[in-house]
Amino acid sequence: MRYLPLSQGDREQMLDQIGVQSIDDLFDDIPAAARLSDGLDDLPDHASEQMVERHLNQLSARSLNAGQAPFFCGGGAYRHHVPASVDHLIQRSEFLTSYTPYQPEIAQGTLQTLFEFQTQVAQITGMGVANASMYDGSTATAEAVLMAARITRRQGCVLAPGLHPHYGEVTRTLTETQGIQTKTMAPAINQDHQIADLITKETACIVVQSPNVFGQVIDLAPLAEAAHAAGALLIAVCTEVVSLGLLKSPGEMGADIVAAEGQSIGNALNFGGPYVGLLACRDDRKFIRQAPGRFAGQTVDANGDRGFVLTLSTREQHIRREKATSNICTNSGLCTLAFTIHLALLGDRGFRHLAALNHQKACALADQLDAIDGAQLLNQNFFNEFTLRLPKPATEVVESLAQRGVLGGIPAARIFGPGPLDDLLIVAVTETNTDDDMAEFAKALAEVL
Amino acid sequence: MAVHTQDRATRPAATDGTQRLSPALLQDEGLLFEVGNEHKCGVDLEALNEQPNRLGELARTSATGLAGLSEPETLRHYVRLSQRNYAIDLGLYPLGSCTMKHNPRLNEKMARLPGFADLHPLQPVSTVQGALGLMDELAHWLLRITGMNAVALSPKAGAQGEMCGMLCIRAAIDAKGELASRNRVLVPESAHGTNPATAAACGFVIDQIPANADGRVDMDAFQQKLGPDVAAIMLTNPNTCGLFEPDIKRIADLIHQHGGYFYCDGANLNAIMGKCRVRDLGVDAMHINLHKTFSTPHGGGGPGAGPTVLSNRLAKFAPVPFVTGDAGSSFGLVERGEQKGAADAFGRMCAFHGQMGMFVRALAYMMSHGGDGLRQVSEDAVLNANYLLARLQDVFSPAFCGTCMHEALFDDSFLDGTGVSTLDFSKALIDEGYHPMTMYFPLVVHGAMLVEPTETESLQSLDQFADAMLSLAQAAKDQDHDRFTQAPRTAPSLRLDETQAARHPILRWTANTE
Repeated sequence: MRYLPLSQGDREQMLDQIGVQSIDDLFDDIPAAARLSDGLDDLPDHASEQMVERHLNQLSARSLNAGQAPFFCGGGAYRHHVPASVDHLIQRSEFLTSYTPYQPEIAQGTLQTLFEFQTQVAQITGMGVANASMYDGSTATAEAVLMAARITRRQGCVLAPGLHPHYGEVTRTLTETQGIQTKTMAPAINQDHQIADLITKETACIVVQSPNVFGQVIDLAPLAEAAHAAGALLIAVCTEVVSLGLLKSPGEMGADIVAAEGQSIGNALNFGGPYVGLLACRDDRKFIRQAPGRFAGQTVDANGDRGFVLTLSTREQHIRREKATSNICTNSGLCTLAFTIHLALLGDRGFRHLAALNHQKACALADQLDAIDGAQLLNQNFFNEFTLRLPKPATEVVESLAQRGVLGGIPAARIFGPGPLDDLLIVAVTETNTDDDMAEFAKALAEVL
Repeated sequence: MAVHTQDRATRPAATDGTQRLSPALLQDEGLLFEVGNEHKCGVDLEALNEQPNRLGELARTSATGLAGLSEPETLRHYVRLSQRNYAIDLGLYPLGSCTMKHNPRLNEKMARLPGFADLHPLQPVSTVQGALGLMDELAHWLLRITGMNAVALSPKAGAQGEMCGMLCIRAAIDAKGELASRNRVLVPESAHGTNPATAAACGFVIDQIPANADGRVDMDAFQQKLGPDVAAIMLTNPNTCGLFEPDIKRIADLIHQHGGYFYCDGANLNAIMGKCRVRDLGVDAMHINLHKTFSTPHGGGGPGAGPTVLSNRLAKFAPVPFVTGDAGSSFGLVERGEQKGAADAFGRMCAFHGQMGMFVRALAYMMSHGGDGLRQVSEDAVLNANYLLARLQDVFSPAFCGTCMHEALFDDSFLDGTGVSTLDFSKALIDEGYHPMTMYFPLVVHGAMLVEPTETESLQSLDQFADAMLSLAQAAKDQDHDRFTQAPRTAPSLRLDETQAARHPILRWTANTE
């Protein structure tokens, strides 16, 4: 077996040194009734690299991947081009096969890149500080709500109607058990501002996504004002961080905490994971002390030279146990590294150019599709994603498009469930889409409507 | 889980003037924001041919401040940084409870196949049958290995898997109408910190149970704690002392008799594959760390994956989404509560279907080993740990008598009178070319050192490590203090000041920091 270095001779010599007769003597504590005499006989035996590769290649080929079709899906996961050097660098042994940097003297590579990551996240969100990542944008949102509840000592939470419904569900699942009460309104493309009316003196936070799940860009400033006037916090959610290259940052608009999905930068679609949740907040001790997850911080070594360590861990589960701010321990290390390297390659110039390119292409496609008989563009404004009203259920339309080899967006009903939004189709465009892709999509959509 | 330095000296001792070595292959490297600037860019993008603006009044008016680099500069910056990391590929990584085993590169290659990596989670289900098939196969393997009835694949990491299991238990208690009265969760004091943190996050009250002198659950104390308000016990098995709980079946029976549930922390599954099935131990829910047992890379702290296996009693409470159907027909995906089969689902753990990239790697790992190889993995893991225990036990102080499972636990009594602490000892190990073991955990052992070599170490590698450990122990007895208090001397940084980092937090670069 290629991954196991011990020979039979080694094993015998080692048993001898230990002073036992057989390997089973080391498993004596397993209750006799529970011991497996035949091992895992009902599973196949070990397989060569070739055999494994053959099988998984077959499975892989059974799907229609995004590279095989004009592709326009978004809804919280976006297909962007990731430079080849990103994937090369994250596969360096020293990054790929290291553990959480608990021994900082031999983990400066990971710690410095986390410090760079935290800085980049703070820069693009316009916030004071950021942590070392969460699992994904939805769990970052739930943790942000819990954080807001601790800071304000309130239990109410208002979710905007344009919040991705999966983010809403995750937030409810992960916060209800801690006494958080969430309120929301019926989903709508451009009603987010009305949640100001739901704020009460029990409200810890309002959660507003921009661009929202329908692609609409939301002005957070009036909502920040309304929240602050009532002593509540504004949590800004962003599922497409490339938009931050072209839009005013949540920090500029008064957000107190930002929860975002960072997958767009450096990370593949991966059928939904692994992704990288971003969590940024005001540079305020009270906020930082209540934040979940890990922070890398700057310090000095015994010579006074700069170095980095994990810090402020007195908030965390391995020290505080049941009093910790969160049960999270690991984060999305390698995904943060991919994010950091991709963003280093882009820099300010590239990041803003990339965002402008996404917007330009989205505007072009929106106009093409809006011109199709029966299709109606519903957004007044948007970044790289928009919503169309169709003359028939969008689920059927998307299936018909797939049969024509076009992955033409996400039916709102897929994420909201069947009902009044059945005729809405959410379409995303990125720099990966060519003019030909867009023309093919428009042609196919016109045919199936 | 690896280190617990709270209340211990985290400030370096004054140096003896030794400068750390700065070999030719380890160049100094500034921060990205010092080596790059906002004008540089390492990506060529399609030219902009028009500048539409449908952003309302919300266009960005200021620069981001992001620093950029050309591609060659980027490579150099991050390769130089990488050289400041220890890694499994460089040497034995004996972090107890972390299972730092070899990461096969086949798995990396497979995870990047476009039918897995270039799939959108919300594509039509008809276009993702291969991915759903892979999830179904992974589930099959996990269920055969554990003997359990169902598995929730979506939890993103071990701690989220714990939460998934505990939320299933909470839902089951709620379904019986007992939520108000049944709210106490028993957690051994040797447990991972995530266990009490998870139970608390699920709304339960934590009640600690002590360990006995043998490092196992104190059965008398456990029985005294049982009552109608007990919701569950959260127990790691093999436990965090590296020992199998021999009374585990009795613990399960007793908790069930009192109407509670048995949550097993699966962090140490690597010790028992093919030797027993957790179902036969009476477990109701257990998360599986794919990044430990099934070798998906730790990546400097994630991403992990924590699928949670469930007993029949809990299966229907599993969260959405989940895969339905089988290879004979076509696969479906249940994503919302109103869909068939999801009426009792407790909710949703994450935005999409879980860590697909980790699922592919874990399945490639399992297929490569096969049922026969997985049993060999556990046998070799336990053999390697016991071999180290045997080689070290005359000089070091094993925390408990007898053999261990996949990790060997020592206390710090072998350092009595030497003036060397567990922390100093482990830092000195860095100068011997090793990553330190897990230290000061579990909390039930004074100055704990928890050593988990894993099955992917050769006999030669184990002997070299044992020799290094023994020579360090001798140096401690010989009062060679500087070798410990000044350690590490040969790492990319000397001992770092964690106290200063916490007292004066600098969490990001700013233009005027330096």
